[in-house]
Amino acid sequence: MIEMQNLSLEIHGQPILRDVSFDLRPGEVFGLVGESGSGKSMTALALMRLLPHGSRLSGLATIDGADLTALSEAEMCDLRGNRIGMIFQEPMTALNPVQTIGAQVAETLRIHCGTPRAEARARAVEVLARVGLPEERFGLDRYPHQLSGGQRQRVCIAMAIALRPALLIADEPTTALDVTTQAQILDLLKRLVAEDGMALMLITHDLAVVAGMADHLAVMQKGEIVESGLTGAVLGEMRHPYTRALFEASGHRPDPPPAPQEKAPLLELRQVTRDYPAARRGLFRRPAPFRAVSDVSFTLRRGESLGLVGESGCGKSTLTRAILGLEELQGGEIRLDGEKVAAGQHMPAHMRRKMQVVFQDPYGSFNPRWRVGRLVAEPFHLTGWPEDTEGRVAEALEAVGLQARDAAKYIHEFSGGQRQRIAIARALITRPEMIVLDEAVSALDVRVRAQILDLLADLRARFGLSYLFISHDLSVVRAITDRVLVMRAGRIVERGGTEAVFADPQHAYTRELIAAAPVLPAHWPQGRTGDAGALV
Amino acid sequence: MRWPAQMILGAALTALFLAVALVSLIWVPHDVAALNIAAKLLPPSAAHPLGTDHFGRDMLSMLMVGARSSIAVALVAVGIGVAAGVPLGLLAAARHGGWVDELVMRGNDLIFAFPALVIAILITAVFGPSALNAILAIGIFNIPVFARVTRGGALSLWRLDYILAARVAGKGALRISAEHILPNILNLLIVQGTIQFSLGILAEAGLSYVGLGAQPPTPSWGRMLAEAQTMIYTAPRLALLPGLAIVTMVLGLNLLGDGLRDLLDPRLRRRTA
Repeated sequence: MIEMQNLSLEIHGQPILRDVSFDLRPGEVFGLVGESGSGKSMTALALMRLLPHGSRLSGLATIDGADLTALSEAEMCDLRGNRIGMIFQEPMTALNPVQTIGAQVAETLRIHCGTPRAEARARAVEVLARVGLPEERFGLDRYPHQLSGGQRQRVCIAMAIALRPALLIADEPTTALDVTTQAQILDLLKRLVAEDGMALMLITHDLAVVAGMADHLAVMQKGEIVESGLTGAVLGEMRHPYTRALFEASGHRPDPPPAPQEKAPLLELRQVTRDYPAARRGLFRRPAPFRAVSDVSFTLRRGESLGLVGESGCGKSTLTRAILGLEELQGGEIRLDGEKVAAGQHMPAHMRRKMQVVFQDPYGSFNPRWRVGRLVAEPFHLTGWPEDTEGRVAEALEAVGLQARDAAKYIHEFSGGQRQRIAIARALITRPEMIVLDEAVSALDVRVRAQILDLLADLRARFGLSYLFISHDLSVVRAITDRVLVMRAGRIVERGGTEAVFADPQHAYTRELIAAAPVLPAHWPQGRTGDAGALV
Repeated sequence: MRWPAQMILGAALTALFLAVALVSLIWVPHDVAALNIAAKLLPPSAAHPLGTDHFGRDMLSMLMVGARSSIAVALVAVGIGVAAGVPLGLLAAARHGGWVDELVMRGNDLIFAFPALVIAILITAVFGPSALNAILAIGIFNIPVFARVTRGGALSLWRLDYILAARVAGKGALRISAEHILPNILNLLIVQGTIQFSLGILAEAGLSYVGLGAQPPTPSWGRMLAEAQTMIYTAPRLALLPGLAIVTMVLGLNLLGDGLRDLLDPRLRRRTA
């Protein structure tokens, strides 16, 4: 039984956590939900005493009666990995790239129990088998880069549970994973909790995930817990306005714009194929090229919003780059407004002007040394700089909900959501006809995401834009697109109207995707307080 | 922003020597070209704060003018390295994987394969000893260093989304290298430049020690050391002073370079959790 009472944290005088209190019971899942900056990761780090310099922790955190805040560093080292395990969001950076997975799992055993090497290796095999990586298929001598994202996360879980800890803290464990992989990892965590009787603290920003997993739930805002209790009770009653805001934002759908009048096609793809040459093995043998996009054909009409759904590695990024004219094609053709799209820089400016793009990462999409005005005006390179560049920049910034004077600021002065707005302003500045949104809202918090989706719907109605919306998140695609394409291993496996495909998927893969996606039910049955796991 | 103590010390030492070198352009206590045998090997006094050497020349003035020649040679050599190396590195990164990249990198390997100081001696001996030849000889070996650092920094930037955005805006590799890549790798170049500067000082001292740098009557720290060899027991001051000058200057530059790296290198910036 792990208890936190009035835990407060200050870093360099800044209050980060205020009076955080909750209990973690063995065999139960505790969900901690909040947006970025709410302090949920800090709570986990405070529990593990892995805080940065200048932190001052007050309050009480006990594990089976022993006070965690009073232990020395050596005693905490004893506990970490032994009685408290933790897994993080990015499995690739959580694993040492130059050590085999067997060595990394065995390391926990050797450090805490002093197990000799051979025995530690044998136990590592057992633990890896428990998490779904049996030795026959995944030898202990594999390196992290030889595994997929989901498999790496399983290795991280194996390292964390090798010594059957009393508490496992999972900090956004599935945010970086695909939908189907996410479902598998969450199932694995539930199984481990049931088998070992350990407590699981699941930190996430995704209400749907936590609704399906957690027995108890706490909602955090700005370092304080605003609401907590049994999951059914919290989500059924939603007493605090913040909880309600989160809930509404999770299922938010912008008002659908009027149906497009024109039926003229804007973008046509016919049997597009893109191969990458595979690495040379021997001096004379070159294996067959890797086919990233295979025989893809679709049409995007003016004023339409088309979704492209697929998991990582399915070829959607390659397809995006091919549409933008940045990749060569080995087969097929792409036509924008009747004109053929040629690869490389030789695409004529008047064609590039019609297509703009918004990327996923709000932090990497901008040159950190340029001011916003210059960043937003960069696409003018295509059309020639107009007389009143400043006026056009101001117009674009205002269209996305920012202010004209923001053009003088640097990009680091803005939050993630504001940066995506600036990215959209940059995409709008040449008055394009089509915007490709490559996972544009995936990195944003739920409420910010809802606002950006509203903005996109509004801009589409106002300017008659067409969108190609690429995402792995089915709920977002459902909110904003008219038609959807499902892509897998370089091929389109299903296409159709969004609602039709979601309501009645034809292809097995689509059904698998939809089944794996965690669902946040719109209405929770009032008064059912003990039944958290059965509503997915 | 916390200024590391070592950087302040390094900056102070470097600034001191730069100031001394600049002042020597307009004024030195005594003329360094005038020989005054009558006043040879005088101990430190009011007229000669650091004493005189075996030709009667004032040591302080010699050190000041020597600072000027060392710094000039090292600075221009770094300038050559930057002017030639950075564009090559940017070109190699922009055409990564192609024949241009291979050519630039193998050219780098070729220059690295040669021992720098020995080749510098060879060049200056063949083309005649002078400050200019010393600059060229040292400068050539700076080119691959900057090319490699630039290429490494540029390669990690090419993968970022804002470069893709610039390509979607129709910009070519040359424009992207100049507008986006170069300003964001300046940090690395500044740090490397400081380091190469200190190596240049050492190289120049080495060349003038063997007589191949700045020629008499222009004083140079390295040559002062060479001339002081025979008198090491009778007047150790003659060897100690230029030696200390070299050590302090290089130390200052290294501290400055390390401090700047702690401040500027994005890979080393401590992330607050």
